[in-house]
Amino acid sequence: MSLFQLSWKNLTNKPLSLTLNLILFALGTGLISLLLLLSTQLQEKFDKNLAGVDLVVGAKGSPLQLILCSMYHVDSPTGNISIKEARPFLRPGHPLIKTAVPLSMGDNYRNYRIIGTTHDILPLYQGELQEGKLWEKIWEATLGAAVAASLGLKIGDHFQSSHGFDSDVDMAHEGEFIVAGILKPGGSVLDQLILTNTQTIWAVHEHAAEEQADTNAHEDHVEEDDSRPLMEYEDKDITSLLIQFKNRNYQTLNMGRSINENTDMQAAMPAFEINRLYANMGVGVDALQALALAIILVSGLSIFISLFSSLKERRYELALMRVMGASRSRIFFLIILEGVLLAMLGCLLGFLLSHGGMTLLAAYMKEAYRYTFSGWVFLKEEWVLLAGALGIGVLAAIIPAVMAGRTDISETLAEG
Amino acid sequence: MLQTKALQYSYDGRHQLHFPDIDCKKGEQWLLLGQSGSGKTTLLHLLGGLLSPKSGTVNIDGTNIGVLRGSALDHFRGRRIGIIFQKAHFVKALTVEENLLLAQQLAGVSASKSRIREMLERLNVGHKFRVKPDRLSAGEQQRVAIARALVNQPSIILADEPTSALDDLNCKEVINLLEEQANAVSATLLVVTHDSRLKAAFHNQIQL
Repeated sequence: MSLFQLSWKNLTNKPLSLTLNLILFALGTGLISLLLLLSTQLQEKFDKNLAGVDLVVGAKGSPLQLILCSMYHVDSPTGNISIKEARPFLRPGHPLIKTAVPLSMGDNYRNYRIIGTTHDILPLYQGELQEGKLWEKIWEATLGAAVAASLGLKIGDHFQSSHGFDSDVDMAHEGEFIVAGILKPGGSVLDQLILTNTQTIWAVHEHAAEEQADTNAHEDHVEEDDSRPLMEYEDKDITSLLIQFKNRNYQTLNMGRSINENTDMQAAMPAFEINRLYANMGVGVDALQALALAIILVSGLSIFISLFSSLKERRYELALMRVMGASRSRIFFLIILEGVLLAMLGCLLGFLLSHGGMTLLAAYMKEAYRYTFSGWVFLKEEWVLLAGALGIGVLAAIIPAVMAGRTDISETLAEG
Repeated sequence: MLQTKALQYSYDGRHQLHFPDIDCKKGEQWLLLGQSGSGKTTLLHLLGGLLSPKSGTVNIDGTNIGVLRGSALDHFRGRRIGIIFQKAHFVKALTVEENLLLAQQLAGVSASKSRIREMLERLNVGHKFRVKPDRLSAGEQQRVAIARALVNQPSIILADEPTSALDDLNCKEVINLLEEQANAVSATLLVVTHDSRLKAAFHNQIQL
């Protein structure tokens, strides 16, 4: 009958109060741990997908929306820009620009976004081929690893896209894509995308336009010739441009400003916008964290109250233990151990809740944010939380423990 | 074995309680009779080291317990003195067997389930070892309390009104058991009571 066993039996002898204390503590620590898990993983993913992009150029609108849509593929586009406008940035040999990657979007296949772009997008995210080849000709598509895995698509398979970002059979486009290759999983947003060339996106939408208008070929038909550089399709549109500079200097800084002031397009800096997003999110996270801390404090109080009130009915029992040879310090540690056990168990239960909850959330987040999250990642902050729980357990138990240690045996026994 | 000299105690600093000197030899059985308020329980607490006397000494087994401090006194008490109270109390969260295991552990005696089982058998409560104490009758509780006081084979057994809550039949049985068990471990037994039913059972008597 060790001290540990004894305190455990004392706790389980009062199942209701044990349950209440555990649930309270688990709620508090679970909420904090969940917030930690969420914000760290979200931040990790966001940072990873910054991908060295210095500037995103797109249609005027919310700069954050432009970034979320073009870099994280979570929001809808702000609109389109014409190739004519974007032409200066697409020109090879631009003195400031290292890479400019055009993006065209607006279609999906079973909720996975189809992006019309060039091969220059791959180095941004360190994308590599797993099998097959990259998209070359019109209608050819290269799939992100997660897309291929979850839809079970193989090289040579055909599929039809639908309009918009939500899968809807009624919105299916004509024209069949063919899977040309599959990328290696890289943990970046590429995993969740279907990549094809820009001309394919145009072709898809021309099909649609022709059906509605039932007119014959107007403008130049992309399907017949997709080998010309994008720059030459002056009357076509793209969604946005991801730009990486050779060097960052005042000229590149001015470029963004000048685009915003002098053109119908807007330029947004990903790092800046994402930091603004963190700052905004931070307020919410801070508020929730304060709430969680309050819950933890209340649960500490609840542990204190249950230990304190149990002392009253256990006075005789404790005096009896002294008679049987227990020292004051032993009685003191017995009560401390009960407080610590409650707090630690509550904290561990909280971790179970938060990691379990995170696993459930991960499924939803994958839909909403195109990223895979994991519920079973442990953060070093959680050790801090565990240590904090230990501290609260000790703190809640210290007054009852001192009182228990000071119990006057003779007086208590004479009363009994 | 158990000797006291000029024991005095005072609760409030004015009213002094003087106790007669006691000298019990090893294995002897004594009855200490006194009316309520005569300081019986105080004396028992002084003998058990639960209270410190204002003056005078208590000698147990050759040790002056007045010089023991803190946990040394607690340890001595756990190891050498078995105390039985008027009303049997237990650690409620534990079963009968676990309560006795705790008594062994707190006294620093190595746990022995067979010894516990043997004690409980001898006191006719062997079948109750898995039961929580508050499910036992008053008589059974008192027997388990005796088993607990004796499990570590103390040199001295102090019993404070062990029979006052019991009927005549149980009273006789409990006293017989106490004497029997004290003999079995050759411990000195001192029963403190106002219960005159016990007078006939002891020929060594002290009146307070």
